[in-house]
Amino acid sequence: MRIALFATCLADAMFPRAAQATVVLLERLGHEVVFPAGQTCCGQMHVNTGYQREALPVVEHHVDVFEAALRPRAQGGDGVEAVVAPSGSCVGSVRHQHAVVARRMADQGRADAGLAARAEAVAARTYELSELLVDVLRVTDVGARYPHRVTYHPTCHSLRMLRVDDKPLRLLRAVHGLDLVELPDAEQCCGFGGTFSVKNADTSTAMLADKIRAVQTTRSEVVTAGDSSCLMHIGGGLSRLRVGTKTVHLAEILAGEGWEAAL
Amino acid sequence: MTTFLGMPGLPVATERGTLRGPDTFPVAARKALGDTQLRKNLGHATSTIRAKRARVVGELDDWEELRAAGAAIKADVMARLPELLVQLEENVTARGGHVHWARDADEANRIVLDLVRAAGTPDDPVTSVVKVKSMATQEIGLNEALAEAGIAAVETDLAELIVQLSDDTPSHILVPAIHRNRAEIRQIFLDHMPDVDPGLTDEPRVLAMAARAYLRRTFLAARVAVSGANFAIAETGTLAVVESEGNGRMCLTLPQTLVTVMGIEKLLPTWRDLEVFLQLLPRSSTGERMNPYTSMWTGAPRTSGGTADGAPDGPQDLHLVLLDNGRTATLADEAGRQALHCIRCSACLNVCPVYERTGGHAYGSVYPGPIGAVLTPQLAGMHGHGADAPAGGDPVDTLPYASSLCGACFDACPVRIDIPSMLVHLRAKHVETAQAQRRVPGLPASAENAAMSAAAWVMQDAGRFSFAEKGLQLGRLLARDGRIRSLPPPLSAWTTSRDVPAPPAETFRQWWARTRGDRS
Amino acid sequence: MTTSARDEVLGRIRTALGRTGTEAPQPSPVPRDYRTSLGEEPGAPGLLDLLVDRLVDYKATVHRCAPDAVGATVAAALAERGARRLAAPSGLPAGWLAGADVETVTDGATPDGGTLSVATLDAVDGVVTGCAVAVAQTGTIVLDSSPVCGRRALTLVPDYHLIVVRADQVVGSVPEALPRLDPDRPLTWVSGPSATSDIELDRVEGVHGPRTLVVVLVEG
Repeated sequence: MRIALFATCLADAMFPRAAQATVVLLERLGHEVVFPAGQTCCGQMHVNTGYQREALPVVEHHVDVFEAALRPRAQGGDGVEAVVAPSGSCVGSVRHQHAVVARRMADQGRADAGLAARAEAVAARTYELSELLVDVLRVTDVGARYPHRVTYHPTCHSLRMLRVDDKPLRLLRAVHGLDLVELPDAEQCCGFGGTFSVKNADTSTAMLADKIRAVQTTRSEVVTAGDSSCLMHIGGGLSRLRVGTKTVHLAEILAGEGWEAAL
Repeated sequence: MTTFLGMPGLPVATERGTLRGPDTFPVAARKALGDTQLRKNLGHATSTIRAKRARVVGELDDWEELRAAGAAIKADVMARLPELLVQLEENVTARGGHVHWARDADEANRIVLDLVRAAGTPDDPVTSVVKVKSMATQEIGLNEALAEAGIAAVETDLAELIVQLSDDTPSHILVPAIHRNRAEIRQIFLDHMPDVDPGLTDEPRVLAMAARAYLRRTFLAARVAVSGANFAIAETGTLAVVESEGNGRMCLTLPQTLVTVMGIEKLLPTWRDLEVFLQLLPRSSTGERMNPYTSMWTGAPRTSGGTADGAPDGPQDLHLVLLDNGRTATLADEAGRQALHCIRCSACLNVCPVYERTGGHAYGSVYPGPIGAVLTPQLAGMHGHGADAPAGGDPVDTLPYASSLCGACFDACPVRIDIPSMLVHLRAKHVETAQAQRRVPGLPASAENAAMSAAAWVMQDAGRFSFAEKGLQLGRLLARDGRIRSLPPPLSAWTTSRDVPAPPAETFRQWWARTRGDRS
Repeated sequence: MTTSARDEVLGRIRTALGRTGTEAPQPSPVPRDYRTSLGEEPGAPGLLDLLVDRLVDYKATVHRCAPDAVGATVAAALAERGARRLAAPSGLPAGWLAGADVETVTDGATPDGGTLSVATLDAVDGVVTGCAVAVAQTGTIVLDSSPVCGRRALTLVPDYHLIVVRADQVVGSVPEALPRLDPDRPLTWVSGPSATSDIELDRVEGVHGPRTLVVVLVEG
């Protein structure tokens, strides 16, 4: 399958390994990955902070870029069949916020009336990594080996916006050599919440402290998740407390130990 | 003060200090988070109730269908509110009850006060009323208004009594004293409850018995009761109160006069609709299959059949006060009106990771937690000065931001109120209000607004974005051992407790161009 | 002339809904895909077992008996309690208290008099009534102010409440109970003795309502 990667701004700028591992994994599974160079960001930070007017051009830009990627090559597009992002949160924004923003701005006379429908068309073919693998590519054993003790944090948006359910766990269970340890109170938010982590830093930190305590009880070498943002938050706390547990994106585990050799 | 939220001409709630607290949420939360006893009490209570709820909800394999029906019924109520309210009024009146309408808190308080006064005589005035726990009367500050007129309102729900005796404020919709543990409650009783046994222990059963003894005589002598209502059935004129302790039954049965204050949104169209809500509410609120007592009365209730046919059964002087107080302003916002579907079960509070850590007082409103964060700003109005404002800001404007948008509240809500989406909507309203106000010359855009505008300019063009990424890579200079421990404000709020990894030497985009640049 | 609060509030609602004329929308269809029945006839053995299980779970005491043993079962329960003076509604079947060694005060012998004072109700050892309907799934018994249930105060003030439930009054679920009830009558839905969870969410049975609930379930 020909698949467009939406790297997400955070992975692009700060956590390129998550996006690189996604490429390596999909290519190993025999798929062709393209990276539409015009892409930037889904605009979620703006939307979730209340800046929908400012988010509008970002949303429009995202729709333009990936609409073109999904357009058949005969019509000048990239001819991809799906868009994948290594982030539940960004896919959640594409799927659940872009059309909302488009409608609100259309009501205010700021956006084209057709934008919402175009955003929905792009969203319908945009998948979070575990969704793409399990639902679209119909694979749970990706042939990876990762001989480490790992615990999985289901991020809020993959769990409750996208309803990925146990897809990431099914993928992890099929990884050879991986010792998967259940995280206590796994479904509790880590306290990131985008600008929440700064606007309500005290509350965010209190939530993070409990998440870190839960991670520590698992005595895992690695805590993984499908979102670089939540991992940045958990990792930021682990690093500050000098806890040895590492944060590793789900894509890097599925790419398998030593995947960097393919870089 | 001008309010831009809501439809022009539809006023928000009157200010009685019950919806707008003294501090912004971040400030109030910080105080609460510093109280380790409070954190312990809340953590224990919310985890207990979460487990109970999960167990009884799990017993029903049609829970999702019940939620869908509940949501549909409430949406129908909103669409037909004028007709249903008139129908309710007709049915209550036809059966001997009296219906009053109140535009705001002050008007509702005046109506209740007049009714309480009318229940007494010049020689024998009513000087106290008994109360069933009610969010609507808390919202309008009824107890304070009655006190100003020399009438004592006695709260009879155990948790409300604990709050009232200690001159505290409620911190939870269902369990207003959730922030207190048994030892604290024992001390409150010892300090404030007349004639209490000095040998009182902190066993919950013993404390409950002390409350029973204290209130018993008051109940048996009460002449006027004030209640709220969980449901009102338009089709039949029936009012319903759902409770546990029997204090509700006491208030609804023994006095001669009963005044019920109810928000206009609490209607259900038909008798049959109770089959949905009597399943949804108890399981969601106390985590029980059914709460111990539910009372239903229609007009001035009478017995039927047998030798006593038609004898009075309970209060015959019956009043229903229908309250607006910002509800119509809420209704005017299509994206916000779902907040009026709330049945006050408090399931969203119990699952909220923010509420669990800060408690209810941090919200500064009688409606705390996730539902409070969407209901309070709509009832009370936002002013466009949030925490991003140069000088503090309006506490109500900070409530939509008191959430990590984790979505647990939506999953727990028995009527499927999409609280996360509504929070995002209200954040947009806050920002739009703030921006409209700052068009006034002399008022600068906030630093946050400037940063967001700049970021949006960068994010709408890949060239600008990759240029910005190169700037970000300079951040490597700040890093030691691959981590950054301190950033300037406002990002210092992050680095007080969390490190930031050093930016990578090569961005994904740079790597792609280097390794696969010949491809699209 | 100033607008009445009623007209103003109704007007605000119409404005909020964007109504311009006098149009009145039709009720929207409600998806009722939930269970409206447990699929068992009232009084089915499975329902009776479920009711007992749920009643006991909520700390009620349950005695099961045959129709000809109601008097003896009630008498034994009252003797165990040590109850001497009991309140009863006017329509209590004669046989229910026939075997009990108690003094009975009857409420509501006539519509305009004969009602027991609150002080009297506070002084009796308990009250015995029937019920209108019972819901197995939730362990709920509904009282409806009929002659066999009595006025609401009758079953509220005494500290001990014994309810006789006939098997044919037991339905499966809440949706099956509502059509059997008359909304014009004052209704009290009782699920176990009074209780509170206000102290640390820890459930404690027995607050202001009757602290003891005894159910005699008449089978067959």
